Amino acid sequence: MEEFFHMGGYAAYVWTSYGLAAAVILALVWQSLCDWRRQSSLAAELEKAAGGRVRRAAAPAREDDR
Amino acid sequence: MSLTAAQRFHAYANPARFMALSERLLAPLSVLTLLTLGAGLWFALFSSPPDYQQGETVRIMYVHVPSAWLAMLGYSVMALASAVALIFRHPLADVAAKSAAPIGAAFTFLALATGSLWGKPMWGTWWEWDARMTSVLILFFLYLGYMALWATIEDPLRAARAAAVLALAGAINIPVIRYSVVWWNTLHQPASVFRMDGPTIAPSMLLPLGLMAAGFTLLFFTLHLVRMRAEIMRRRVRNLRLARADEGGL
Repeated sequence: MEEFFHMGGYAAYVWTSYGLAAAVILALVWQSLCDWRRQSSLAAELEKAAGGRVRRAAAPAREDDR
Repeated sequence: MSLTAAQRFHAYANPARFMALSERLLAPLSVLTLLTLGAGLWFALFSSPPDYQQGETVRIMYVHVPSAWLAMLGYSVMALASAVALIFRHPLADVAAKSAAPIGAAFTFLALATGSLWGKPMWGTWWEWDARMTSVLILFFLYLGYMALWATIEDPLRAARAAAVLALAGAINIPVIRYSVVWWNTLHQPASVFRMDGPTIAPSMLLPLGLMAAGFTLLFFTLHLVRMRAEIMRRRVRNLRLARADEGGL
C-alpha cells in the first residue's frame, strides 16, 4: 500500500495531477448543478408571479406558432 | 405524418422538446459516466504496469490525454454549433455553443497543468514554448475570450452572433494543434493512438487510456446537457422579466 502511494518516487507529480483533475471536475459539476437549480427555481417563481398572463410570451416558441 | 429532414431538424431545435428529451437522458448518462470513470481509474491507478521509461509518471497520461482530447472536442462542438447558429438560425445552436465553452476551458487548463506536472520529472522542465504547448495555450485564451464576449454583451442574440464569429475564426487553431507535432520539431511527442498505422502503445496501457477517454467524453456530454438546460432556463427567466417590465409592473 505504501508503495502504491509512493508512485516510484513520483508521488508529488502523480497525485497532484489526479487531485487537480478531481478538484476541477468536481467544481465544474457543482457549479453546473447550482446554476441549473437557481435558474429553474427563478423561472418557476416568475411564472407563478405572472399567474399565467405572460406564459405565452415567455414559453419557448412552439412549432404551431409559426 | 412523416417529417422531412428539415422539419425534423427544426423539431429537435424546439427547446420544449429538448428539455423533455434531455431530462430522460441525464440519469442513464450520469450512471454510465460514473461507471466508466470508475473502471478507468481502477486500471489507471492499480491495474496497469509502470512504463519502462517513464515509470509511474505514465499514470499522469491517463488524465492528461483525455483532458487534451476534451479541450479539442469542446472547441469543435463550440465552432460547429456556432456555424449552425450563424447559417441556419437554429434556436438551440448558440445555447449549445455557449454551454460547451466553460467545460472546454476547464479541460484545456487540466491538459496544460497535468502536462506540466509530467514534463518536470520527464523532460526536466515545466514548460517549453514548443508548437504543441503554445497552440494549446492559445486555445485556452480563445475559450476565455469567447466567454468574456458572452459576458460583456447583454442581449443574447447579439452576443451569440459576435461570439460565433470569434469561435469560427479561432477554429483554425484546431488543425494547428492536431498537426503541430508533425509540422514542427516539438519537444512534445507525436500521436501514438490515432495514427494511420494504428496505435503504438502497449495494450495494457491502451485499456486505461481508452476507458478514461470514454469516461471523460461521457462526462463532457452529461455536463453539456446540464449546462444547456440551465442556459435555456436563464433565457426563460430573462423573457419573463422583460414581459413583466412590459406590463408596467416593476
